[in-house]
Amino acid sequence: MGSSSSSRNKIPNAQELMDQTGFSSAHLLRLRDRFESLDRNNRGYLSRDDFEALGGLAMNPIGGRIIEAFFSSGQDTVDFSSFVRILAHFRPTDRNRNKEGTQQELPSSRTRKLKFAFQLYDLDRDGKISREELLQVLRAMLGLQVTEEQLQSIAERAIQEADLDKDDAISFDEFKKSLEKMDIDTKMSVSFLK
Amino acid sequence: MEDLWTVAVAVFQLWIFVVVFFITLPAMFGLSLGVTSVYIQILVKLLEWATIRIQRGRQEQPSVPAPLPNGIIERAEGSMEEEMEQLRRSRSLEGGEFALSDALYFCKKGLESIVDDQVTQRFSSEELASWNLLTRTNQNFRYISLRLTIFWGIGVFVRYCVLFPLRSVCHSSTSHLPGEALISALLAFATGTAALTAVKQFSQRITLAIIGLSWLVIGTTLVGFLPENSVKYWLSEVVHLTCYRICARALSATIRYHNKENRPQKGGICVANHTTPIDVVILANDGCYAMVGQIHGGLMGVIQRSMVRSCPHVWFERSEMKDRHAVTSRLRAHVAAKTKLPILIFPEGTCINNTSVMMFKKGSFEIGGTIHPVAIKYDPRLGDAFWNSSKYNMVSYLLRTMTSWAIVVNVWYLPPMTIQDGEDAVQFANRVKSAVACRGGLLDLAWDGSLKRGKVKDAYKEEQQKMYSRVIVRQNSISATHTRRDDQS
Repeated sequence: MGSSSSSRNKIPNAQELMDQTGFSSAHLLRLRDRFESLDRNNRGYLSRDDFEALGGLAMNPIGGRIIEAFFSSGQDTVDFSSFVRILAHFRPTDRNRNKEGTQQELPSSRTRKLKFAFQLYDLDRDGKISREELLQVLRAMLGLQVTEEQLQSIAERAIQEADLDKDDAISFDEFKKSLEKMDIDTKMSVSFLK
Repeated sequence: MEDLWTVAVAVFQLWIFVVVFFITLPAMFGLSLGVTSVYIQILVKLLEWATIRIQRGRQEQPSVPAPLPNGIIERAEGSMEEEMEQLRRSRSLEGGEFALSDALYFCKKGLESIVDDQVTQRFSSEELASWNLLTRTNQNFRYISLRLTIFWGIGVFVRYCVLFPLRSVCHSSTSHLPGEALISALLAFATGTAALTAVKQFSQRITLAIIGLSWLVIGTTLVGFLPENSVKYWLSEVVHLTCYRICARALSATIRYHNKENRPQKGGICVANHTTPIDVVILANDGCYAMVGQIHGGLMGVIQRSMVRSCPHVWFERSEMKDRHAVTSRLRAHVAAKTKLPILIFPEGTCINNTSVMMFKKGSFEIGGTIHPVAIKYDPRLGDAFWNSSKYNMVSYLLRTMTSWAIVVNVWYLPPMTIQDGEDAVQFANRVKSAVACRGGLLDLAWDGSLKRGKVKDAYKEEQQKMYSRVIVRQNSISATHTRRDDQS
């Protein structure tokens, strides 16, 4: 029947993961079960086609980019700790955290969430969303439903609004500024049940 | 020593008596002595006690996760338009067009499906809010208390050493010779009470399978020799029913049929939700159906070929299965002959875990004829009947089923439905699906069960893109008219 830590032993560096991501041990166990059910061939890691098998993700217009966010550059597999670290961005922001402590910033902080969203646009990770990158995201989200001219004009307007230093690209700070009034915490959080 | 031996012999004789008279004979005649229902009532009370103990134990150990049958996250139920409105309300510009924050909506939806989605959770066994003392069903079980452990231990002993041999003996007693029954009972008793070695178990199962199925083959072949008259039909019904009843007893299945007046008639098509191959046994216990399926080679093929001698089932060659027209025309011919038995079809196409009903494939609804829907619901507290074909093969699945507490099934016969004017096959299929889901207390999902194995069609993505473009373009046209007015003024 096992003692209370029998299943947690399946998760390597569980304590470290809990500290770095802010997930509780119960949540970690649930995510472990989820990881194992996504890993249909029981390989111990996830690859792109495991993600693509999810209906909700395959029909998402930017599903491909979300999947890419899990794979650090050059890698083709996602192990459990990377899986959890990415999902940690979507934990609700902890409001009553100890201000004085030297705790490292959790992935669920507002800045880290915004950085994640920024990287959905900024494919080449050069720190700026160029006009071309914006056009690509728009094409993904709208498909064939709008004409090319409409796409161009939408992209043009978006850059004009957000680009404050007029360098024809949106940097991370400009991105943050344009979203500063938004309640990022709820809009970019997945509410995990207790 | 002598006394001990006589006592052992007496106990053994009592055991055989119990087995033969209280289990085997009633099974042959389809009677029930009511023992099973008492047993189930006691079991349910016991399990409720166990659940309360676990809940108490869980309060003391907060690190143990509570089981969540409906998924591990809470989703906002708004539509795309509503959520986009909320995202944009915080911006100072009114009626803004595309906003950089729009991607956040898709991002969140995507992450939600990665963490939890409606489809994948239907293909693993239901996570129960209580625990039925089978470790296999509670994946997160932790040690709670000593008393519970003892009960679990007793449960293991009862299930493996008492119930399993009893059920095996039922299976083997399909032959009428008392000698053979005695020998197989001896076998069952010996292997049940002695330490079960893997080899003994395996050979016993093979023996039982052979004996049980041979009755079906021999019986139907013998009946097949008779000329086509009413006696033949009656005899073939008897043979089929007896065999299925014995199989059901072997699994300790308690089946409750509701609304028997709606039972499928000859010339109709019976349609049901699919959880496990045992569904066939469950339904065939209460009426004869014509099965539809592929001809297999080997043992299954022998059984199929002999079954078709006594009453007309519809078996397809593998090549024919690919040709949808051939399949439909053969089924149509079968249905058109109003004297043939009702066809049994599972339109989901794959096994689902009995919490929901997935898309019914339209092929079965294009044949014509009256559809008789049937809803099948297994009681999850006493045993998990779902066959997870990617996790377990048929043999290990049968073993798990035969060593769980019991299988309690509710079968509801729904009133017959026919396709209405102006309705196409897909709409008809959805109508039948809703009726089945409603009756059985299952969730009605529009997803296709074959998503278990394949990818989603691009049409879904286009639908999302369409919805999003409507949000943007509508906003665009509003701001376009604003700027035009500014230009003019």
